[in-house]
Amino acid sequence: MEIIKPGINIDLVGKMKIAFVFSLSAIIISILSLILHGGPNLGIDFAGGTLVQIKFSQETSADRIRDSLKTIDLGNSVIQRFGYQDNNEFLIKTEKSSSAIKGLSNKIEEALNSSYNKGDFEIRRVEVVGPKVGRDLREKGMLAMLYAVIGILIYVTWRFELRYAVGAVIALLHDVLITVGIFSLLGKEFTLPIIAALLTIIGYSLNDTIVVYDRIRENIKGIRKQSLKNIVNSSINQVLSRTVLTSVTTLLVVLALFIFGGAVIHDFAFALLIGILIGTYSSIFIASPTVLVWESISPSKEKRKK
Amino acid sequence: MSDKNIKLRGIITLVIVATALFFLIPSITQKIPSVWKDYTDKIHLGLDLQGGMHLVLEVETEKAVESAMERISNELKDTLMEKRVRFKHLDREGGAVTTLELPNKETSAQFAKILKNDFPNLDIKSSEITDGKEKVYLKIKDKQIESIEKFALEQSLETIRNRVDEFGVSEPEIIPQGKDRILIQLPGIKDPQRAINLIGKTALLEFKLLDESHSLEDALRGNVPTGDVVAYGYRVESETGRRTKTPYLLKRKTLLTGESLEDARVSISDRFGEAYVSLTFDSQGARDFDRITAANVKKRLAIVLDGVVHSAPVIQERISGGNAQITGSFTTDEAHDLAIVLRAGALPAPVRILEQRTVGPSLGQDSIDKGILSIMVGSILVLLFMVMYYNLSGIVADIALFLNIILILGALAAFKATLTLPGIAGIVLTIGMAVDANVLIFERIREELRLGKSPRAAIAGGFSKALLTIVDANVTTLIAALVLFQFGTGPIKGFAVTLSIGIICSMFTAIFVTRIIYDYFIWDRNIKRVSI
Repeated sequence: MEIIKPGINIDLVGKMKIAFVFSLSAIIISILSLILHGGPNLGIDFAGGTLVQIKFSQETSADRIRDSLKTIDLGNSVIQRFGYQDNNEFLIKTEKSSSAIKGLSNKIEEALNSSYNKGDFEIRRVEVVGPKVGRDLREKGMLAMLYAVIGILIYVTWRFELRYAVGAVIALLHDVLITVGIFSLLGKEFTLPIIAALLTIIGYSLNDTIVVYDRIRENIKGIRKQSLKNIVNSSINQVLSRTVLTSVTTLLVVLALFIFGGAVIHDFAFALLIGILIGTYSSIFIASPTVLVWESISPSKEKRKK
Repeated sequence: MSDKNIKLRGIITLVIVATALFFLIPSITQKIPSVWKDYTDKIHLGLDLQGGMHLVLEVETEKAVESAMERISNELKDTLMEKRVRFKHLDREGGAVTTLELPNKETSAQFAKILKNDFPNLDIKSSEITDGKEKVYLKIKDKQIESIEKFALEQSLETIRNRVDEFGVSEPEIIPQGKDRILIQLPGIKDPQRAINLIGKTALLEFKLLDESHSLEDALRGNVPTGDVVAYGYRVESETGRRTKTPYLLKRKTLLTGESLEDARVSISDRFGEAYVSLTFDSQGARDFDRITAANVKKRLAIVLDGVVHSAPVIQERISGGNAQITGSFTTDEAHDLAIVLRAGALPAPVRILEQRTVGPSLGQDSIDKGILSIMVGSILVLLFMVMYYNLSGIVADIALFLNIILILGALAAFKATLTLPGIAGIVLTIGMAVDANVLIFERIREELRLGKSPRAAIAGGFSKALLTIVDANVTTLIAALVLFQFGTGPIKGFAVTLSIGIICSMFTAIFVTRIIYDYFIWDRNIKRVSI
């Protein structure tokens, strides 16, 4: 079976401009969304606060829960359904952390006991993150991204050339920014697992990019008579089949995770899902063309025939 | 490549897979000889999978420094009085700074000498002289502060370990983090709030005399006599459930602390069936208690726990047995836990909860079930896809993938890594990405075949050309995974671990193992056509 026929030669580099416009608008929309929402929607991992996950044995509603919790001062709180409708699971999130409310889950349990029967609900998860830890994690998360990017920049520069490294890094920043933008547009929260997902996307996007670069490098050695543009284009085409295939297999498993993995890692799987799609796109349309753009701005020392 | 070589490589593969199985099987079944169990461990599940509580505490080490200063100030006061050096207003001025006033040059000189000889841990932070009077600001030397803080963390760790041990949690993990933090993992805890109360209680037990010569009302209005403090006691009325708050005027000086305890036990009073904690002092403590009670008959002695007055009974007579009781409206559980913390000793400084994550056992089991389902569905999809796309070669890749999963799980068990929910996601992701190496190789082989090469040459070419690409591509993912490992806590670390192990294992199975299979068919079976 073949999805991409051998000997295919689509003028992908020729579509570079369209791709740049598309990516640029996606990035602008992402940034605009972030600005309009006042930054990313930070979950309690980063903002600090309390999260309580409750499973009810019977159908209930967020309003009814809110009603029964009236007696407790929850501060600025959100009560929302968690996972699928028939799961009857709800999340209660507040900005307050332990210092403000001691033993919140106990208080919630007591309050719920007054309007639900005992045994009709179960507190399944409680997370309390103090503002200090939130700040720490925020810093650490940013630093982790930075270190990953620097590490990759060094490795790719060592294995290839700086211009490739720059292309790779631009591509993965592109992927991360757009994923973050989509999260922001959908109002989804940033939590620790999402940072893990973003780092995985970085790794994955790079994986794809490197395969293309490798082929470009190999072709440069082999065919000296071609222009760099043609070499890049045919290299992308030659590995296109692999790029698509690997995306398919990875998407298959992430989809399995997204559908069957349960509510706790739903957003994590979602981030991976978008990230892999964008990562595949960027390794074709962003990473390699960037090498070309860089080349046209500052040609490499290697003299090549036009 | 010769036949012998294939055998050798086959044996290497078998040994590695057998090793993985050796470590993995104990996690799957219990029906194995106990000798086997002795050398292996089940795959360790993270708190998010088995349920339990994750706590990060901050030890307020500055409080330990403050109490050290309090102690040193008292010593200084005694020494100065003993050596008849005149001074005024010796006071601890918020935090860990003590100030005092010296009336003239002569006393200043005497003081400097005493400071140098008897208090090597104190430094003069600053001093100002007005009209011959010197006002001195004292602080503890930086080096000493450092060691006090370090000691406070160590002592807190020790105390919390003792408390958790007595509370009875299997496989608790209590480790220091940074300068002043403690990470606590308590698997399978049923009542998180109770555990928090137990761990977080400072449990500083103090015996202080009530000041009955001054007016409490006056003190409450703000005129607290020097050397006194106001403290409160709380009582819950059993009938109305109302909490009442009673103020007490206490002498600041602590006569005896929980350090002098030898034992603390829960007892139930005969008359009301109320739980109380009976205390037994050690020999020195018993002597002190004897002396204190003898000197203060008919006065009231307050039992203060963490600044809260639990009771303030009148000393009826000298108590020489070395026993005392803490009464109050306790539930049996509360009394039981109080006894534990008193036995384990007080924390040298209060602790603050920075982070708490509790997962109930049912949610953990849910996550395991869903994780396994995802792995199964994901694997089957990928396995089917590979066979559809690459025919028999797809089966070769599938064998590699299957071995890969065994290796990952075996490595998790062997390295005693913790499997978390994101860790399961990491395995799922690895399954998708692991076939990538084979895809790269297969696409290359197809290219070579299209160029008209023989199966032998095509396979050799495909493997050798894809090798470098595979390594490059995987190293970058590995970089991201390693950074993640450094940054991550708990669950996230689990993800980084499975991802890293998965990448490394996949390189072995996809490159090394599949090559053996191809070589076997090409050289031993001499096949003429590659099904790819």
